[in-house]
Amino acid sequence: MIGLEHYLLISAFLFVLSIAGIILNRRNLILMLMCIELMLLAVNFNFVAFSRYLGDEAGQVFVFFILTVAAAEAAIGLAILVVLFRNRRSINTHELNEMKG
Amino acid sequence: MGELLHTVLFYTFAAVLIGAAFGVILSRNPVHGVMFLVLAFFQSALLWIMAEAEFLGIILVLVYVGAVMVLFLFVVMMLDIDVESVRKGFARYAPLAVGVALLMAFELAQLIWLRSKGAAGGGSFAETAEGYSNTEALGSVLYTEYVYAFEIAAVILLLAIVAAITLTMRKRPGLKVQDIGKQVSVRSKDRLRVVKMESETKE
Repeated sequence: MIGLEHYLLISAFLFVLSIAGIILNRRNLILMLMCIELMLLAVNFNFVAFSRYLGDEAGQVFVFFILTVAAAEAAIGLAILVVLFRNRRSINTHELNEMKG
Repeated sequence: MGELLHTVLFYTFAAVLIGAAFGVILSRNPVHGVMFLVLAFFQSALLWIMAEAEFLGIILVLVYVGAVMVLFLFVVMMLDIDVESVRKGFARYAPLAVGVALLMAFELAQLIWLRSKGAAGGGSFAETAEGYSNTEALGSVLYTEYVYAFEIAAVILLLAIVAAITLTMRKRPGLKVQDIGKQVSVRSKDRLRVVKMESETKE
């Protein structure tokens, strides 16, 4: 019987994979953004699974809002990326050290 | 029979989803990475539909695959990404990434296993009534209980539009364009200068 744990395990695997992806691809900004999208998907999986488990639609409404905010975040993030590329000719995170942070 | 088919389909979709996630983090070419991401979102939409969250599954395909991923693809193809420099440091970070991933996977799996041991009903999903419509149920809470949040979401989207446009718009120096306001407001005295001078005679 497919139930809550199966969905939670998938979500956990997705989240872990995206964390590994952020560590692996930390030189490239756009791959990091893609891994963040994957992470948001894992979180949404949790919300959907618990919403169905508890029979409460509130979780699915939350997923709806997370999708909205994620779309806005992707649009602004990509816009920043384009501006960055226009100015620096590169999106390598190791070359973005102007602030010496 | 229906139960078996359900299980088989679930594991198929889940396996493709995890494989696509591996593809996203390991692909050499960012364009392939975006394609794997599209596959991952599509499989998740299928899984959500199997869990009777149909509306969100369809929204995921329409909004995420249809708009956000296309935006990603657009930007990836527009930027000239040096694939070789992406690979540099991959082997150096790999042990750390694998270590963190294994540790977190172990902890999360144990947590889920521990918590689900005592769960009532074996963690199966809630029964839905006959003639239940997911879209209708979502709409009936979205436009009543969560209407303020819904409007804030709309404002956030507007903000994203304005921010993205103002960030990427630029004035190029030296670009020759018409300025109609300036053209219309020109007066002849600004352009034409009548010079009065003595007539000259031939010497």
